[in-house]
Amino acid sequence: MVASRMSVCSRLALAAALVALVGAAWPVAAQLPTYGLGRAPTAEEIKAWDLTIPPDGQGLPPGRGTAVEGKPVFVQRCASCHGETGQDEKYFRLVGGRGTLATDKPVKTIGSYWPYATTLWSYIRRTQPFDEPGSLTTDEVYAATAYLLHLNGIIGESDVVDAASLPKIRMPNRDGFIPDARPDVGKTKR
Amino acid sequence: MNRRRFLKRGVMALGATAVGSAHAQAPAPDDPSKILGGPKRAYGERSRFERAVRGVPQPATKTDEWGPSVTPLGESMGIITPSALHFEVHRGGVADIDPKKHRLLIHGMVDRPVILTVDEIKRLPSVSRIYFLECAGNTASEWRAPTAPTLDWTHGLTSCSEWTGVSLSLLLREVGVRKGASWIIAEGADGTGNERSLPLAKAMTDILVAYGQNGEAIRPENGYPLRLIVPGWEGNVSVKWLRRLTVTDRPYMSRIESVDHTSLMPDGKARRFMFVMEAKSVITFPSGGQRVSGPGFYEITVLAWSGRGRIRRVEVSTDAGKTWRDATLQQPILPFAHSRFGLPWRWDGREAVLQSRCTDETGYVQPTLRELVKVRGVNSKFHLNAIQSWKVDADGSVKNVRV
Amino acid sequence: MKRRRFLGRGLALGASLAAWSTAGRAQSPPDDPSKVLGHPKRPLGARAAFETASRKAFRGKTDEHGANMTPLGDLVGTITPSELHFTVFRGGVPEIDPGQHRLLIHGLVERPVILTMTEIKRLPSVSRIYFLECSGNGQSEWQGPRLPTVQGTHGLTSTSEWTGVSLALLLREAGVDPRASWIIAEGADATGNERSIPMAKAMDDVLVAYGQNGEALRPDNGYPLRLIVPGWEGNVSVKWLRRLTVVDRAYMTRMETVEHALLMPDGTARRFTVVMDAKSVITSPSGGQRLTGPGFYEITGLAWSGRGRIRRVEVSTDAGITWRRATLQEPVLPKAHVRFRLPWRWDGSQAILQSRCVDETGDVQPTLREIVKVRGVNSVHHNNAIQSWKVAADGAVSNVQV
Repeated sequence: MVASRMSVCSRLALAAALVALVGAAWPVAAQLPTYGLGRAPTAEEIKAWDLTIPPDGQGLPPGRGTAVEGKPVFVQRCASCHGETGQDEKYFRLVGGRGTLATDKPVKTIGSYWPYATTLWSYIRRTQPFDEPGSLTTDEVYAATAYLLHLNGIIGESDVVDAASLPKIRMPNRDGFIPDARPDVGKTKR
Repeated sequence: MNRRRFLKRGVMALGATAVGSAHAQAPAPDDPSKILGGPKRAYGERSRFERAVRGVPQPATKTDEWGPSVTPLGESMGIITPSALHFEVHRGGVADIDPKKHRLLIHGMVDRPVILTVDEIKRLPSVSRIYFLECAGNTASEWRAPTAPTLDWTHGLTSCSEWTGVSLSLLLREVGVRKGASWIIAEGADGTGNERSLPLAKAMTDILVAYGQNGEAIRPENGYPLRLIVPGWEGNVSVKWLRRLTVTDRPYMSRIESVDHTSLMPDGKARRFMFVMEAKSVITFPSGGQRVSGPGFYEITVLAWSGRGRIRRVEVSTDAGKTWRDATLQQPILPFAHSRFGLPWRWDGREAVLQSRCTDETGYVQPTLRELVKVRGVNSKFHLNAIQSWKVDADGSVKNVRV
Repeated sequence: MKRRRFLGRGLALGASLAAWSTAGRAQSPPDDPSKVLGHPKRPLGARAAFETASRKAFRGKTDEHGANMTPLGDLVGTITPSELHFTVFRGGVPEIDPGQHRLLIHGLVERPVILTMTEIKRLPSVSRIYFLECSGNGQSEWQGPRLPTVQGTHGLTSTSEWTGVSLALLLREAGVDPRASWIIAEGADATGNERSIPMAKAMDDVLVAYGQNGEALRPDNGYPLRLIVPGWEGNVSVKWLRRLTVVDRAYMTRMETVEHALLMPDGTARRFTVVMDAKSVITSPSGGQRLTGPGFYEITGLAWSGRGRIRRVEVSTDAGITWRRATLQEPVLPKAHVRFRLPWRWDGSQAILQSRCVDETGDVQPTLREIVKVRGVNSVHHNNAIQSWKVAADGAVSNVQV
């Protein structure tokens, strides 16, 4: 019968070989201990890529913006795809749709569906505009986020959105999510 | 001496164009045995008579850099999907990456954060597995009514390849996961990042950090040079152009997982983190848009797969689900892979509605659309794995129908 | 309002069919791809420009004659990409319109038949993962290490998923005469490549195949139809198949009596040595590659047997003095390549790597010395000897014989 694992003897031999080589000189920066490969990242390297913001706001950089400041940013950098009021359906509709989720024609927008404002900030900073991803400044991201939240009736026109206030914003649909309940059909028959 | 009409030694075109492509419209010779054929080529191509291509929405739904292109399943056979025809889904175009410059960063709640090159990753102990991928939105057009006319558009967001890479669990053991960690955030190098949070428990089982697809490097649209392969889970979780893995103690709720890949239920609540692709099957021949040429023998061919393991059984009905017969398996059944089944069928020339239904190793049976809609409504978008019906008309044409 | 630089509605399909348009895009990859909109979808994919592995012809009298080898040292897993499947032909690749192609089955049968491709594809289908190997694989190595890379020494073997109809089904449908004992298979190319196949094998696991890795066969590999005779010399898997003649004797074609006969030291030649014996080779590290320095490497390679499944593969790093058992990649399929792996710490000193396999019948892959002792050095075919790769202190890997 074909074996799919190394035999016990082989395992012991390998372990012995590994132990014997513990004293061997790996390249100084090698990070994977068993294999001697890879190097430690620098703080700058991590910072350059550590861009995803969780709901508690960890990692949000210093900066700020309001809806008033965000409007010109949005008009200039976002409206050509999303419409000046963010209601254009062509790509993604960003505004409106509240109260439609349980109807036959639900409209999912930032205001009606998104559970976390940090998600919005993180997404804009990383991926927008579509053809120039990641090209907005930090303040522009805060301002555009504020503008979209305002258009959706979630914050006031002059409310400051910054690293402290953003995670505290409670999105209307925050509690609208439930865990996967499957298998919910297709019960075992045989 | 006659001038020989053949190519001398040493003249071999690298990446030569297709045989006969210089005479693309010219017919093939009547009797090829009377003609010296084409030379050896360093890199092969398919015949010019083979024209199956992925379906790219025309005009684009949003843009040509956003969304899917579908595998031509109607022409498929076996379980391996030709790499050039593997479905693609992306939301910021296909990233163009130099493999020598690409890096994988693993950090967060670990003892030894690390940056690895692709060459270093390839030196690590490797694993190869045949796995399917399926976009969670496969078949999403069909919730309310039979909509797409052909199999490629109803079911084409699934493909199956032999993937090669290093176990994610090996990498995590090497970096030393800290106590309290329970999630991994995976992210890509493209314009969207496609950050996905996945439970550490899954990461310690069978996830691959893959660089190989059907024996060679992964294709650019499928994640070159590095991607995750998360067997049996939503295709989106198998992050392409993988550049970063962050070990954390909570999901990060990126847009793709907290807004996009969520399923709205009839009561207005939405399910989240529906990772598993449930058992699904579909008849690939005869299927919508194809034509059977007249009464007689045909083999009804079925493709079946399950994100919970192996397919145990496939049944076929030719009378809209009233009676069922077991189809025969055509090759070894592999867990989390496509499997191919066949049923001999004598078509008597009358209208017939064909269906397939699969059962996987957990005992889960592929449901009808009616059963699914009863629980999930028609706005849940994702995870439509219902039984598909194809109607064969008396003239031999095949249509997508609902019964 | 800014005009967006991306492809919107109405893009012509043809524009994206070929290589991605580079209009408005940098020719070389961006420093940071996350800051750039990527390429659009395309109907037919292609490998990345950075991937350049290619087949290589080491022998051959003209470019339409001879072998073209798979770059085994560049591949991973067990499936061979169709573009890189080895080829052997002796009259070039015929161009065949599948709509015109026919398969004739005649001879000692009740119902001779001509079939179109469409009809063949309607029949019950079978898909199997099988290797093919040219019996001449390794023929350069009988009298010393000759070719520098694993592509040269072992590249006449590949593995694909083949789809087709069982030959046994076709023969039963045609109604084989009880007197019949052989099938002659013939191709539509300039050489015909007629091969005689015993009825027992023909009624066993032979496929009349039209599919390779999920799509049509490649022209280089027999489009639109070929035999797949699992585990046997590649030559018997006749490409561009057009005729099967049911007969009561072998026809002694040139291919089988002259080309594929093994010349023994005493001057006689063995004939119809059709089964491919158990064989394995390390593909990495292998000849022509270079290790970057002492440290961890995975020794990996392929093993296969024409008699069924591989049972075991062992690897030596000291020229065959000691052996360790390698891990086999599951599933281990009969008459298919299986990938084996062994972790190895290279200490920087010279090492000679070998692999040796055992198949399910108990056949053990022999050394070259053992084979030559019996068959001499002029038998050309069926060199399934253990292969040695020397790793020098500077990391260079070369083909050696010990």
